[in-house]
Amino acid sequence: MTDHNPEIERPEERVPKRVIGTPPAATERAVLGEDKPAAPAVVAGVKPQDPRTVRKGERLAALCFTITFLAGIGFIASYVIFQVGDLDGTAASNLALGGTLTLALLGLALGMVVWARMVLPKYSVVQERHVMASDREVRSDVAEKFAQGVEESGFVKRKLLRRTLLAAVAPLGLAPVVLLRDLGPLPETKLRHTVWGEKTKDGKPLRLVVEGTGQPIRAADFNTPGGLLSVVPEGYEHDLTVLAKATVILVNLRPEEIKSGTNKNWTYNGIVAYSKICTHVGCPAALYEQNTHNILCPCHQSTFDATDGAKVIFGPAARPLPQLPIDVDAEGYLIATGDFPVPVGPSFWERGDAEAEYRQKGGQV
Amino acid sequence: MSTETGNRPETAEIPKAVSGPSSYLDERIGAGNFIRRNMRKVFPDHWSFLLGEIALYSFIILLLTGTFLTLWFKPSMGHVIYDGPYAPLRGVMMSEAYASSLHISFEVRGGLLIRQIHHWAALLFVAGMMAHMLRVFFTGAYRKPRELNWIIGVLLLTLALAEGLTGYSLPDDLLSGAGLRITQGVAISLPLVGTYVSFFLFGGEYPGEDVISRFYTLHVLLIPGILVALVTAHMVLMWVQKHSQQPGKGRTNMNVVGGPFFPSFALKAGSYFLFTFAILAGLGTFAQINPIWLFGPYTPADISAGSQPDFYMGFLEGSLRIMPAWEINVLGYTLPMSVIIPALLPLGLVMTGLALYPFIEQWVTGDRSEHHVVDRPRNNPHRTSIGMSAITFYGLLWLLGANDELAANFHISLFAITRFGQIAIIVGPILAYIITYRMCLGLQRKDAEVIGHGVESGVIKRLPHGEFIEVHVPPAEDIEAHMRGKTPIPALPDGSDEKGIPPKGMRGPLGRLRGRMSRTYGGEKIPMDQPHGDDHGAHEEIGEHEEHAAVGATGEGRSLDR
Repeated sequence: MTDHNPEIERPEERVPKRVIGTPPAATERAVLGEDKPAAPAVVAGVKPQDPRTVRKGERLAALCFTITFLAGIGFIASYVIFQVGDLDGTAASNLALGGTLTLALLGLALGMVVWARMVLPKYSVVQERHVMASDREVRSDVAEKFAQGVEESGFVKRKLLRRTLLAAVAPLGLAPVVLLRDLGPLPETKLRHTVWGEKTKDGKPLRLVVEGTGQPIRAADFNTPGGLLSVVPEGYEHDLTVLAKATVILVNLRPEEIKSGTNKNWTYNGIVAYSKICTHVGCPAALYEQNTHNILCPCHQSTFDATDGAKVIFGPAARPLPQLPIDVDAEGYLIATGDFPVPVGPSFWERGDAEAEYRQKGGQV
Repeated sequence: MSTETGNRPETAEIPKAVSGPSSYLDERIGAGNFIRRNMRKVFPDHWSFLLGEIALYSFIILLLTGTFLTLWFKPSMGHVIYDGPYAPLRGVMMSEAYASSLHISFEVRGGLLIRQIHHWAALLFVAGMMAHMLRVFFTGAYRKPRELNWIIGVLLLTLALAEGLTGYSLPDDLLSGAGLRITQGVAISLPLVGTYVSFFLFGGEYPGEDVISRFYTLHVLLIPGILVALVTAHMVLMWVQKHSQQPGKGRTNMNVVGGPFFPSFALKAGSYFLFTFAILAGLGTFAQINPIWLFGPYTPADISAGSQPDFYMGFLEGSLRIMPAWEINVLGYTLPMSVIIPALLPLGLVMTGLALYPFIEQWVTGDRSEHHVVDRPRNNPHRTSIGMSAITFYGLLWLLGANDELAANFHISLFAITRFGQIAIIVGPILAYIITYRMCLGLQRKDAEVIGHGVESGVIKRLPHGEFIEVHVPPAEDIEAHMRGKTPIPALPDGSDEKGIPPKGMRGPLGRLRGRMSRTYGGEKIPMDQPHGDDHGAHEEIGEHEEHAAVGATGEGRSLDR
């Protein structure tokens, strides 16, 4: 069966003589050696297909592969032809590139399935399984060798060695944890304040400005009852970390609608300011229903009553939205007269019942 | 052409291009032994074995498309003014991350396509894993010796969720920011460590300027690195242990029946990969996903109504939504229970339950033997019921994660849906358990009937006394073999002595509970050869036949052949 002699390629002197106990030279067990393998006998569980099916399969698969060939060329052509940059161009390019890619992949996949199903024989080959566990002899041998290794290493006998080793690695193991300390500053009391408690450079209270445009708001201009505005502190319009705590919603109510939950001293002509940051997990409570004066957080549907100190009337939030004390300055613009009385946003471990503490001091929240 | 016609196919000569390199390799690493053992490794065929492959191939596509995206993506929260081709956002201040995502979408040829394929592949990755996991669970394929691979699978699923979360936060658009905000709100609610976790994750107060670059490292390096390692381990274990198989003709616990790896399985797997890729490419082309340009840049001051996370996060969203308000203040400290419970309990319950199930089942049944022939779900009714109960729990939470969409689209009160959810989340799983258990027993009875009486043949016969009956014939051989693959669920031996005192270790409350659970869970509920599940026995006596005949047309499943 030998088609050509391996000795020709590997002259005698290069092949070492086999020493007893060593594996045979590689040429004798080449994976798909130079020898032509013996034709296998009919293998159990392998049933060839009907020749007509095979011929049909071959033609079908070839057709699929041809489609892939063409679609692949189409893909490259589309890349060159369709330019991106404007919306229509991007859409056309996406369609052309994606369409040809999909077609190419689909053709290849279909061709291969046809090949597997119509050309390959039908298989029902049986292979034996063996229990996963190694046999008793192997196990006891392993145990013996391990015991021997432990004995030789002296890890059990030499206490000083063992204990100093353990002591040595303990601080080293902590080192990576210590290294992570500078990931961030400590919380301290940062969560208890917002910039609304600060003053401008000339010592004036911060004005409320419209989110997005940055325009200050004249109380006289925000006079339609039922109106709603999203406002931010002046000078911080683009500081996202400030906005994450200090964003406020302004609601305009008729004075007679305001109930006892709202601190009326902190309102101006029916304008009430609440933190926009939901007390549940901090999404902006951005939806407002004019008829019911409900403020709704779109994330988890916590619902607050704007007329009654933004107390929770539905949903998972457990606390009202804190109210911001507001007034107008000499020019008639809305300003904050101080910070929120309590921390805004989601609850945290160190927060405590800030509302109760504030009430104890005589305030109204 | 003898290969096409002859029964003895002649093997073609091995071309030099293959024999050369393979000899080279064998001489250096001895690959021959490994390949000889594995080239014709048998893989059993069943559609349900392909579900995990969807996840595997999606993962490969994720790695490829993800690498492409990193070539342009800038993981930075530095501010830039957009001046790209998308007119509505021109002049708007945004993060570099968002600007570069827009750049990929509009200015890189194929960028939008690859971004959309990446997102679709992420969804299919998790969906494929879930489907695969359910297959393994309901057929008991996690049993010894495959418990370790099951644990790896649970880890993979958990990591995939983290990978998804870090991934969809990266474009830094308004929608992804909402997810990030909720993540931070949950992190900060943790008792004792919450504020520190949040400050360390975000480099200070939320949102800070660090989180995108940190999530980027997690998303493209750390988590995928672990995923690749675990996926590899998952495959190696499957390979070493050989694939489990469905019960059927000639299939036993000591063999595996199917097609050889080369060429059959390799060809099928290759085409299956291409199918997965084609479907994802098609989705990326024709089904828009996450159009970030519509949402605008992230600001913590804004949100769009109807914000929804990717589907695999929906169950967490739902549990947050249906939780009633509850906050505990003790000694100046706060426990925001309405965040902690919904964020940790369902996830913990599902993941821990999944991880421990094989071991709990082993403890209850006392079964320490290897299983390579899988169960049909009906044949282990309690397991199937527990699984359906968990699916109901998860599914309800998932559905309620979209309670606002349900309210808007079906014109139902949002509050009513939420209230319904609060009740359904308790009642639903219990109902699912009971219904599934009954269905399993019913299906077992049906199997026993087919085995005992055969199947309807369509031939109507008239008996001498005038009654019409339908002739039953024995079921097809392969179907019968599939059905007869059923084995009784192992249970602990009773072991009580003659006075009824249970053996040592089973006397304490835990031992007694174990015994009770074992009796309930294990054993044979509907024996195969007792068609009615009662003491009728086989219907061979003529007397019994006549008794049945006398019942007339109301009797069912009778056979002349038996």
